[in-house]
Amino acid sequence: MMSPLALLLALLLLSAAGYFIGRRKALYAADKAGGPNMLHSRPNYYGVLTALWCCLPAFFLFILWLAFEQSIITSLMVADLPPGLRNLPQERLSLFVNDARNLASGNIVSGEITAEMRAAAAHYVNLQGIGKMIAGVTVLVVAIAGMLFVHRHITPELRARNQVERAIMALLIFCSTIAIFTTIGIVLSVLYEAVRFFQQVPVTDFLFGLKWSPQMAIREEQVGSSGAFGAIPVFAGTMLISGIAMMVAVPIGLMSAIFLSEYANKQVRAVAKPLLEILAGVPTVVYGFFAALVVAPVIRAGGSQLGIDVSSESALAAGLVMGIMIIPFVSSLSDDVINAVPQSLRDGAYSVGATRSETIKHVLIPAALPGIVGGILLAVSRAIGETMIVVMAAGLSANLTANPLQAVTTVTVQIVTLLVGDQEFDSPKTLAAFALGLVLFVVTLFLNIIALTVVRKYRERYE
Amino acid sequence: MQEVLKKKSAEKRILAPRESRKTIGNINVQNPRMVCRNVDVYYDDKQAIRNVSIDIGRNEVLSMIGPSGCGKSTFLRCLNRMNDTIDSCRVTGEILFDGKDIYDSSIDVVPLRAQIGMVFQKPNPFPKSIYENVGWAPKIHGLVESKAETDELVESTLQKAGLWNEVKDRLDQPGTGLSGGQQQRLCIARAIAVSPEVILMDEPCSALDPIATAKIEDLIDELREQYTIVIVTHSMQQASRVSQRTAFFHLGDLIEVGTTENIFTKPSHQLTEDYITGRYG
Amino acid sequence: MSSVAKKPSTGASGGSGRERAIDIVNRRLAKRYRVEKRFRFYGLCSIIASVVFLAVLLTSIVGNGYTAFFQTYIKLDVALDATMLDRADPGGSDYQGIIKKSINKLYPEVEDRRSKRELYALFSSGAAFQLRNTVMENPDLIGTTVTLWVPADDDVDMLMKGHIKRDVPESGRRLSDKQLGWIDRLAVEDRIEKRFNVTFFTAGDSREPELSGIWGAVKGSFFTLLITLVLSFPIGLAAAVYLEEFAPKNLATDFIEVNINNLAAVPSIVFGLLGLAVFLNFFGMPRSTPLVGGLVLTLMTLPTIIIASRAALKAVPPSIREAALGVGSSKMQMVSSHVLPLALPGMLTGTIIGMAQALGETAPLLMIGMVAFIVDVPGGFTDPAAVMPVQIYLWADSPERAFLERTSAAIMVLLAFLILMNATAVVMRKRFEKRW
Repeated sequence: MMSPLALLLALLLLSAAGYFIGRRKALYAADKAGGPNMLHSRPNYYGVLTALWCCLPAFFLFILWLAFEQSIITSLMVADLPPGLRNLPQERLSLFVNDARNLASGNIVSGEITAEMRAAAAHYVNLQGIGKMIAGVTVLVVAIAGMLFVHRHITPELRARNQVERAIMALLIFCSTIAIFTTIGIVLSVLYEAVRFFQQVPVTDFLFGLKWSPQMAIREEQVGSSGAFGAIPVFAGTMLISGIAMMVAVPIGLMSAIFLSEYANKQVRAVAKPLLEILAGVPTVVYGFFAALVVAPVIRAGGSQLGIDVSSESALAAGLVMGIMIIPFVSSLSDDVINAVPQSLRDGAYSVGATRSETIKHVLIPAALPGIVGGILLAVSRAIGETMIVVMAAGLSANLTANPLQAVTTVTVQIVTLLVGDQEFDSPKTLAAFALGLVLFVVTLFLNIIALTVVRKYRERYE
Repeated sequence: MQEVLKKKSAEKRILAPRESRKTIGNINVQNPRMVCRNVDVYYDDKQAIRNVSIDIGRNEVLSMIGPSGCGKSTFLRCLNRMNDTIDSCRVTGEILFDGKDIYDSSIDVVPLRAQIGMVFQKPNPFPKSIYENVGWAPKIHGLVESKAETDELVESTLQKAGLWNEVKDRLDQPGTGLSGGQQQRLCIARAIAVSPEVILMDEPCSALDPIATAKIEDLIDELREQYTIVIVTHSMQQASRVSQRTAFFHLGDLIEVGTTENIFTKPSHQLTEDYITGRYG
Repeated sequence: MSSVAKKPSTGASGGSGRERAIDIVNRRLAKRYRVEKRFRFYGLCSIIASVVFLAVLLTSIVGNGYTAFFQTYIKLDVALDATMLDRADPGGSDYQGIIKKSINKLYPEVEDRRSKRELYALFSSGAAFQLRNTVMENPDLIGTTVTLWVPADDDVDMLMKGHIKRDVPESGRRLSDKQLGWIDRLAVEDRIEKRFNVTFFTAGDSREPELSGIWGAVKGSFFTLLITLVLSFPIGLAAAVYLEEFAPKNLATDFIEVNINNLAAVPSIVFGLLGLAVFLNFFGMPRSTPLVGGLVLTLMTLPTIIIASRAALKAVPPSIREAALGVGSSKMQMVSSHVLPLALPGMLTGTIIGMAQALGETAPLLMIGMVAFIVDVPGGFTDPAAVMPVQIYLWADSPERAFLERTSAAIMVLLAFLILMNATAVVMRKRFEKRW
């Protein structure tokens, strides 16, 4: 048996050995043909080529195995179960398999441990061992075979450099397509679960329903307690909090950027910019803690001073702190676009006797407007997707209200509460999180693409 | 961008400290509009203009010529304190306008620039409509109050700039959509809309084709009746066509001043002669 | 020219009867400058507001958190009675009983069961573990009496730090009058004092505030970030090199670019959903582990690293590329031996910034189950672990007052790491800033 890490290490060592073997073979072959200058490529390339042949196919196999190890072994185990168990209904069987697997890996088991389960677990461990062994041996054999294969083919005429470069190029291309795979992965994973959700809850009910209480769905047997999945209150809460955040972040961020780029002298800039960067670098969980610990109580106390009842999880507190979080984001994006406005426009305005603020308000901002709008859209997208601040400072109950002093909930809060803790797969409660995730992804995608296009067009105009 | 590059190049082409050279020719005019005496300009520690003294007369076109990097643009930008926007720039000496030193602490650049307008090398209309390009500055200065007044001013100004017939049907379209020559005339219109007394032009035709250049030169000739114009140009033909007096700069010094005719027909200084005959430049 | 009274004339031809434009300009000047001042003032206020927010944030964290670095300990004389301890197997003894006996000896007058329970509650349950460790390390102590400083219960700690007020009526505080009396006696006898809180830096999570620490979370963060770094740096570098140096300008590469730019702005929680659906449910990887956390964070930070690396590559002047190609190297050789070394500092800076982002990220990790309560300090990539921000989130959710200061202290530790990383990035950027 070999742990994956050890196997990987062995593979690495083999490749290193391959490098030297290949290099030596090339030098040897060259010697026979009349000196190292007879080689098509430098000897190192033959070494690298050998190493690549040694590790790439084997590594590919290794990844495949890692990815499918569990499903293969599980299906083997299921196949060897006593017939009584094997013919159980699908849900019961998968529950049993899960338990057995948990038992095998030493985790907590949901139900009672039966003898059959113990046997299945033992079998599972056994299969796992055999599987690891086979995988290890196969990977190493493939590695050595690859090495030997190139070794035989090394001649002075072999265009090793071209082959190595082609392999590296393929690797580079693969790496740059990971972004596409990630997007596809997001879309598929979210869409797949969301579609299953929409099979149970109609899309229109979800998008236009006014009542959201997914927690009811836990007890499935109860009549009429399938939960309510009308997401309008959740969307409204998200918009309320994001709106408050933007009302804080846009004016302050924009004015900060203007002040820093048009008014502040070098010293002020040298101090203020790093401070804004620190504000940008503070993790959102810290902002969440700050909102819940400091801001919410202050607002609540202020409210009670004025005789207004403020919820301890008011939208105002979460929105305010989210706004603070987004200030540096808006400010740095605006700073970029304002600086991209050519100096000649400023000169033009100053030359007719405009004051600084007149120049800024009537020339710079109109000129930079597309860029600023793009930046604000990105900030909105960020506010909508922000999670930790609202999880820690906003409420759970979905109130449909525009009152910022009440508690509201947001899309991200709901995703977190629905998915953290014990999950039941296939229950609409869990799947609803993915439906919300789908909405979140689509909306932010839309905002991002508009914003990025606008900003790019803007930059091209002044480049 | 062009402007920035120009600034940079001006900063680079600075010479080792030395005595300024004496100006040949008569720097004085009768009843001058602006008077410059012993003007020095520094970028940080480096001197870009050395001890320049010259008068600028009323209703004349004064052209400033010289090889690139000679400081003529730098000097021009001093005349309405556009150099203020460059942090490292420092000006000493006297530049009198209406008898007052424009670098005096009591002088406010905003009204100063309303009186001494400027046209730049590269046309830089605001990203606004043609109408607003002309009407904006009078509006902020309070020279017009109603829409009717603005309409009237925009029309008369564009007519003065010789642009009215070309744009009267599309006043609401962006100024950046015009051709290069039209844009430059729009910038001139923008400058004269606030009724300045002096207009500074920094190589206004260098980015234009010959036909557009000819139009601008005609315009300069017409404007001379009402305004004092100082024009920096690298084209000696242009200087001889549009100006009455010419000043020749070389490496930060004002070498020679005189009537345009004299400068181009019988220059006194060897450098001037070499330059106008094309030995270098 | 018409001579309407208001209409300005141009200066040069301006006669005496007409108003000069400059007079109108001057008349309005004061008003314009008021607007100017006000505008400038708004700008200044915005900057000041941001700075004040930052200051309030930091002071409230530090103010709440610095006390957590000290912890109340009580001196206890423990008689290691040979009859209660098995020399052969010291691990199996009833250390809780020994501690209780020592406490009883300190307060012989406390006799009834309820009072005794209240008395024992002053001491942390960690005292028994500490005693056990002491004995295990040195079995020769059996039969002697040792003096131990054992951790006090978090309520006692809170009292000592002033967070539990004595002037509140008894029913309103977590310590009874009787307990206060005992504590006062400890104080008189110099048996109680605040010491540097080593536990906080060496322990994992615990239900008992006084026994909890962030070491587990720090190690969890370390393993997670290691995975992230090992995967995202080479992949990001490769992607940037391809897109910047080799990629043809066509629809496919445009599509990749759009994807990367968009992924950089996708909410982080969506990456968590991806991790849950793909890594956990589809590939069946183990929940709550640094391995999966690292994978998710890799996908999340890749766009940042790619964008920064491309900027670094763009900054390498084309002349260097031409020079390399000019001496007959292949494009790959040109990139690997000339362009990459020059761009590397910039790429590393971008990577550090991406890592700092990943270190502070919480939401996607919640999705893949890294919110479990984990006592053990993780020892590897597949052990269940928490990371620092998640630990902060968990503690922030705990009701005990003592966790409040621990949350703040953990935030201070996290911020210290972040500042360290960002400072490194800044120094690198300064150090290797363009030399051409």
